[in-house]
Amino acid sequence: MSSVRLLVGTRKGAFILTSDGKRENWDVTGPHFAGWEIYHVKGSPVDPNRLYASQCSGWFGQLIQRSDNGGKTWEPVGNQFSYDGVPGTHQWYDGTQHPWEFKRVWHLEPSLTDPDTVYAGAEDAGLFRTVDAGVSWHELSGLRKHGSGPTWAPGAGGMGLHTILLDPSDPNRIFIAISAAGAFRSDDAGETWRPINRGLRSAHIPDVDAETGHCVHRIALHPSRPDVLFMQKHWDVMRTDNAGESWREISGNLPTDFGFPIDVHAHEPDTIYVVPIKSDAEHFPLDGKLRVYRSRTGGDEWEALTNGLPQSDCYVNVLREAMDVDTLDSCGVYFGTTGGQVYASADSGDTWSAIVRDLPAVLSVEVQTLL
Amino acid sequence: MIRVVLPAHLRTLAGLNGEVRLDVEGAITQRSVLDALEARYPMLRGTIRDHTTLRRRAFLRFFACEQDLSLDAPDTPLPDAVAAGAEPFLVVGAIAGG
Repeated sequence: MSSVRLLVGTRKGAFILTSDGKRENWDVTGPHFAGWEIYHVKGSPVDPNRLYASQCSGWFGQLIQRSDNGGKTWEPVGNQFSYDGVPGTHQWYDGTQHPWEFKRVWHLEPSLTDPDTVYAGAEDAGLFRTVDAGVSWHELSGLRKHGSGPTWAPGAGGMGLHTILLDPSDPNRIFIAISAAGAFRSDDAGETWRPINRGLRSAHIPDVDAETGHCVHRIALHPSRPDVLFMQKHWDVMRTDNAGESWREISGNLPTDFGFPIDVHAHEPDTIYVVPIKSDAEHFPLDGKLRVYRSRTGGDEWEALTNGLPQSDCYVNVLREAMDVDTLDSCGVYFGTTGGQVYASADSGDTWSAIVRDLPAVLSVEVQTLL
Repeated sequence: MIRVVLPAHLRTLAGLNGEVRLDVEGAITQRSVLDALEARYPMLRGTIRDHTTLRRRAFLRFFACEQDLSLDAPDTPLPDAVAAGAEPFLVVGAIAGG
C-alpha cells in the first residue's frame, strides 16, 4: 500500500511524519539533530531511503547529514563548501563590495538519476554539487562568475540560493533562483548560466525591470511541462511558458500577491498553490486568516481554500521551502508554518487539518510518496 | 594525556559522553590539540575552526585554568596544567543571551 513521508526541517531540529495512503493518522518522529537549524531535508527520487539534510548553527557552522534508511539513522558527511578560486566580491548593503563568504546551505536537490549526486544552494549565493553522496562538494562557479555577480546584493534575509529545479526532460537544463539576484538558467549542466528575468518588475531596485536584482522567492514546475514555470516573487506571482525567456504576471484576483512558497498539483499542471502574506513589512496572513489560494487555470483566477484552516487571529508565516505535494491519485498538499503547525490536505486543498501543531518554526517541508 | 571538554551539541555529533582524552605529539597548543581532536573525530572538522583558515568560529571560546585563551595565537603553548592533564581544555559556546 502507498504511504507518505514528510521531511520537516525546523529551527530546532528535523521531524519525520509518516502516514498510509489515507493520510488520516500520522506518526511523528524527532527531533533529529535536536537544537540545530534544519534548513532542508530531501530524499533521492531514485532511492527514497537516501535522504540528505542541511544542518546548521550560528555556533558550529554547517553540517550535511545523510541517511540510507529513510531517516532511521544518520551519518555526517562532508561539510566543506569552498568557493572556487579567488571568491571575489558582491555588493554589500552599504553599496561597497564584500567578499563572498559561505554561511549555510539553504536547499539540497538530489539528482533525478543518481542517488550519490546532489546539488546544494548556498548563502552567499553559490551552487555546489557532490557526486560521492555528500563526501565532497565542489562549486559550479559559472553561476557566481556570471558577469552580473559583483552586482548581486543580499536582501534582509541574506543572499541565498534557495531554488534548484532539474529539468526532467533535459539533463543539461537547471533553473535556480537567488534572493535577491533573480532567476538563472543553465543549458549545459551548470557550466554556464544566464539570467532569466525578463518581464519581472521590482520596485525595490532602481531599474525596476533590470536584468538581475529581483527578489525571487520561489519557482515551481510540473515535470510533464518543464518549460512552464511559476514564480512567487517578493511581490507578484509570475508565469513563463518558455523556460524563463519572458514572464507575465498572473496575480489576478489574489488579495495580496506577496508571499513565499508556490507549488504545482501533482496531476494537473495548471493547478497551482500560493499562500498570500499581507506584505513585506508584515509577514503574516491578511486579516489574521490563513488561506491557501489555488488557481486551476494556471494563474489569474484564484480561489481561497479555507476549510480547516484558522480564519481568525492567525499571524504565522509560511516560508518558501515549506510547501509540497504528494503524488497519490488524490493529490495531497502540505505546508508548515512559523508557528509550528504542519497542515495537510488529502483532496487537493479542498479540506485541511493540522497533522502536528507545536513544532518549532517550520523552515521546510518535503514530501515523499512511497509506493 | 590531554583532556578536552566540548559543548553538548558537539559531544552529540561525535557520539561522546563526557570529556575527550587525547594523546598529542609535540608541543601542546590550541593547534596541536584541535588537530588531534579532529583526526580522531573527523565529523568535528569545520565546527570549531574554519576548514580553510583554521580560525576559531566566532561564537566559540577556548578556556583553560580559569583563563580565556580565545585570542591567543594557535601555536602558543597551553598552560602546563593542561599539558599535564591536570586541567581540561574547554571549548565553550557563547551564550545566546536574552
